[in-house]
Amino acid sequence: MDVSITGIGLHPFGRFDGVTVTDMGVTAVRAALAEAGNPRFQAAFCATVYSGVAAGHKVLGALGLTGVPIVNVEAGCASGGAALMLAAHSIANGQYDTVLVFGMEKMPKGIIRSSFFEPWREQGGLAVTPAYFALRAQRLMRESGVTKEHLARVCVKNRANGADNPNAMYQKPTTAEDVLASRVVCEPLHLHMLCSPNEGAAAVVLQKSERGDGAVRIAAAALRSHLPGSVLGEATPMSGIDDTGITPPSSLAADAAYEEAGMGPTDLDVVECQDTDAARELLGYEELRLCERGGSAALLESGATEPGGRLPVNPSGGLLAKGEPLGASALGQVVEITQQLRGTAGPRQVAGAGAGLAHTVGRGANAAVVILKR
Amino acid sequence: MTAATRPLTEGMFRDRADRSIVLIGGYSPSSGRTHFPRLAACPYTGADDVEEVELPTDGTLWGWTAVTARPPGYDGEVPFGFGVVELSDGLRVITRLTVADPGALAFGQPMHLVADTLQTDEDGTAVVTYAFAPASGDPHGSAA
Repeated sequence: MDVSITGIGLHPFGRFDGVTVTDMGVTAVRAALAEAGNPRFQAAFCATVYSGVAAGHKVLGALGLTGVPIVNVEAGCASGGAALMLAAHSIANGQYDTVLVFGMEKMPKGIIRSSFFEPWREQGGLAVTPAYFALRAQRLMRESGVTKEHLARVCVKNRANGADNPNAMYQKPTTAEDVLASRVVCEPLHLHMLCSPNEGAAAVVLQKSERGDGAVRIAAAALRSHLPGSVLGEATPMSGIDDTGITPPSSLAADAAYEEAGMGPTDLDVVECQDTDAARELLGYEELRLCERGGSAALLESGATEPGGRLPVNPSGGLLAKGEPLGASALGQVVEITQQLRGTAGPRQVAGAGAGLAHTVGRGANAAVVILKR
Repeated sequence: MTAATRPLTEGMFRDRADRSIVLIGGYSPSSGRTHFPRLAACPYTGADDVEEVELPTDGTLWGWTAVTARPPGYDGEVPFGFGVVELSDGLRVITRLTVADPGALAFGQPMHLVADTLQTDEDGTAVVTYAFAPASGDPHGSAA
């Protein structure tokens, strides 16, 4: 589609006592608009999950930029992808020329409490998010030959990448020994294999492409939800059936995005994918069709997803290094991929990157896949 | 004298005469699909022909872990076992497990439905939930 990214902005991801979620949104929006030359935008889409009523209106109200339609979008971990899809297609369909997309979050601390679950599920101990992650990790270990050492290697890779990202929450590298020595939260997942819910904001300005503008373009922006039946999918029903034939939402979104972009996984140079836990990244390799089903451990072992490899994954450090501010997460990935395609990613730069994919998946289930190209 | 009890939530399981319990699922004749807990409409097709069905009380272990830190909203003991049991009719059910040591469990091992006391309310009422235990031997012990 003829939609360019003409401005990007971030508020760093981390914990910022005394800074409101509105403040963080303002920082990211101001930066993105300034980079784009402060264009007039005809609509704004704001991604957030925990920020309450009219959160996007508060951000733009603080900047004197209201009057245009402002739509607040919630789609769990994929909220930013959902907002970007709406914005990009509104331009592609001719409704608008310039749209602002932003997302921000100030997450509660500790295990995320979600209104997604009925109270009795919480009381019965059946609403523990990392426990569901653990069951999914265990299944991947059983069916794809993934080991705890592979999980630790994902953490080491992403934390090493995060050490080069001044906007990441954790900027110190780690070792496999340290990861495996951290306490077990839910076997097989150790504490350091889980990302931290945190705070932050990201924004992008989308504009109808001008011929020869040289800007990074949105090749596809797809959002999908789950099909019924998968007991361990992000929809987390209380029961399901044998789900080997049920396509997961990340694959549905990826297939739609590949089709929309007229590209396939082999055309990609860089990927940012949902690494809520270390196993989620490996499952992403399979669901995004970066390898065949069952091939994620081999792809990791090959070094392809490391910096300098054939297809670096999470050069930003991923959620394992950046943390996960839900509404800002997907747009943070889009900011990273944009920098990669512009060649401005500094020490994280993937040489010659011409096409990149950003993937988020979470509660709902919701899965978003965005493909950018130069 | 037996203390008062209440189920974690209504309509998920019922007591049987021999003090065992059975899970109550939903079955849609038009879709041929079973689900748990019972919903108003079939979650696969939306059909409103859901009938109550008692689920098998035996199955095999398909996934398991232990929750080691007390999650928000939960007042029972930690650590506690958590996992998925594949019932003998093929339905996979999210469940509490009576075994909280993941190393003591194995994929595919036979499991059996039991009632488990989750916590005791301030007035002494025991809150009862469903759980699965290894089908033979000590329900809190190690696998054979």
